[in-house]
Amino acid sequence: MQYEVDARGYYGNFGGAYIPEMLYPNVEELRLQYLEIIQQPEFQKEFLNLLRQYVGRPTPLYHAARLSEKYKANVYLKREDLCHTGAHKINNTIGQILLAKRLGKQKIIAETGAGQHGVATATVCALMGMECMVYMGKLDMERQRPNVERMRILGTQVIPALSGNMTLKDATNEAMRHWINHPTDTHYIIGSVVGPHPYPHMVTLFQSVISEEIKKQLQTEIGQPNPDYVVACVGGGSNAAGAFYHYLNEEHVNLVGVEAAGLGVDSGESAATTALGKPGVLHGSKTLLMQTTDGQVIEPYSISAGLDYPGIGPLHAHLFETGRVQFVSVTDDEAMNAGIELARTEGIIPAIESAHAIAALSKLELTTEDVVVVNLSGRGDKDLETYIRWGKY
Amino acid sequence: MKNKITELLSKAKKPVLSVFYTAGFPNLDDTEKIAIALEAAGADIIEIGIPFSDPVADGPTIQASNKKALDNGMSVALLLKQVAALRTKVKMPIILMGYLNPVMQYGFENFFKDAAKAGVDGLILPDLPLDEFEQYESLTTSLNLSVSFLISPTTSEARIRKIDAISSGFVYAVSASSTTGAKNEFSPEQLAYFSRLKSYNLKNPFLIGFGISNYTTYSQACTYGAGAIVGSSFIQQISESKNLEADVKQFVVSLTTSK
Repeated sequence: MQYEVDARGYYGNFGGAYIPEMLYPNVEELRLQYLEIIQQPEFQKEFLNLLRQYVGRPTPLYHAARLSEKYKANVYLKREDLCHTGAHKINNTIGQILLAKRLGKQKIIAETGAGQHGVATATVCALMGMECMVYMGKLDMERQRPNVERMRILGTQVIPALSGNMTLKDATNEAMRHWINHPTDTHYIIGSVVGPHPYPHMVTLFQSVISEEIKKQLQTEIGQPNPDYVVACVGGGSNAAGAFYHYLNEEHVNLVGVEAAGLGVDSGESAATTALGKPGVLHGSKTLLMQTTDGQVIEPYSISAGLDYPGIGPLHAHLFETGRVQFVSVTDDEAMNAGIELARTEGIIPAIESAHAIAALSKLELTTEDVVVVNLSGRGDKDLETYIRWGKY
Repeated sequence: MKNKITELLSKAKKPVLSVFYTAGFPNLDDTEKIAIALEAAGADIIEIGIPFSDPVADGPTIQASNKKALDNGMSVALLLKQVAALRTKVKMPIILMGYLNPVMQYGFENFFKDAAKAGVDGLILPDLPLDEFEQYESLTTSLNLSVSFLISPTTSEARIRKIDAISSGFVYAVSASSTTGAKNEFSPEQLAYFSRLKSYNLKNPFLIGFGISNYTTYSQACTYGAGAIVGSSFIQQISESKNLEADVKQFVVSLTTSK
């Protein structure tokens, strides 16, 4: 089975570049140059240096002994939560800003939901001295006030998206509109493996450092690079794409994507795209999409703002369709309980997105021999308000 | 039988006015009333927009009309019924314009066939990639539907020629690197771009749209192109209308008449 993007920008039946002509030159410029630039030794050197010295990579692969005991398996946590700014998102923003500089762009725009990608973008813009604007749904700005202020402290202008339901989907629409209106001097740093080709592939490449490190670290830890399971949460799917990438062709490694069921898959308040979505086109790619029978996009729901997106990246749609990745869904309550459980057993308060991945452990049929890597994509500092409101601890 | 849009543009003695409005806005059953009023007011082509939840190429005015139309209950299936009914009442060419996803869910082939059956003459699907369209080209041709693709000021000459080759009816020249929305006048750079387009001697005539809101921009567009497309400023005019017929008439007159 083929899991790489093809020459037309597709993963199987999904992907492509469904964009109005006004965006074509921007996307085409990127498509023609991204691989060549990323493969330059000088780019790689600068990228890897920043990942090491600035982001703090490699992040630890931690053997979670008490969690292992509880689930009767060998559970390892890939500590992306220890990256600078608190999540894996910065792997991608470092890569894209280096690319933007080489494309001669002076300004950066980004969208953000929970604010993690916005903060990661604002951070690298401060680092590189580039002007930065981040679109964020007005509702999300109210829900994630500390991240709004973090971006502002970093010198970024945060622009409220006032259209639609004023969340991530609408912030993405506004960022795309801005890019249409500023086609020459601006690079759009998309934060997930979504958007028109080449974005899903490019973001996957920048995040693939996660599985590259897991392989090396497992080799040292257990004498072989492959675990039995890799588990990661999927909103748009960037941390999962990174954690899965180097295992896609290792067919005996079980890959598990964890979606947010919200109040329950059939409750009408959910973000479980593979369970509820159908093929459609949003934000420039054909993928699985939560939508009405008339093709209008449905507003998803999850307690976790980072999983609150109506689609998944086209790579994940392909991995779902081919059965390469098993998708499970986890409710708000299950995720919150798993977050508290991780805090109590390992002393780690995870981001609520990542708590979904922890919660999936109880849904797998594990044996004591199994080696399971859970990608702990982010830390819970940004979610303290939500933990406090939830209250059951 | 010749396509109505092609025929209109080949015979037109003066520049044509194509007016865009969102189906089911401001009220669900206004689609037909507006079409009749536009024909009476002297517009040449109507472009009826299929509303979508996420119109990324549109500015605030058309975004708001999309939302209202969806809240009113507009859908592709209902729009095709409305078009079939209004087709018997207006003679002018009818174009449907919309984002891809609602069309994809209706089913491309069914959509093309049902649109033709309802009396639609042309289609504009701004986020349909050229290479995706190729598989449907013979079907739309056999159904006598024109399909117009967009070009923008940043589109290269080679690509403009490719778009011209695959388009029928006309090429939609977006006036600026921008989302939809009213502007007061065109810049020298925009006029240079129109002039460049004219010099290419494309197979299709081109109509200029985006940013046309008054006589200045309308007449500038008509100087270079085969006509002008107006959308946002028309939607502003009718959004609070108490008398559609009068307001539509007044809009067309003020747009096309020098003060």
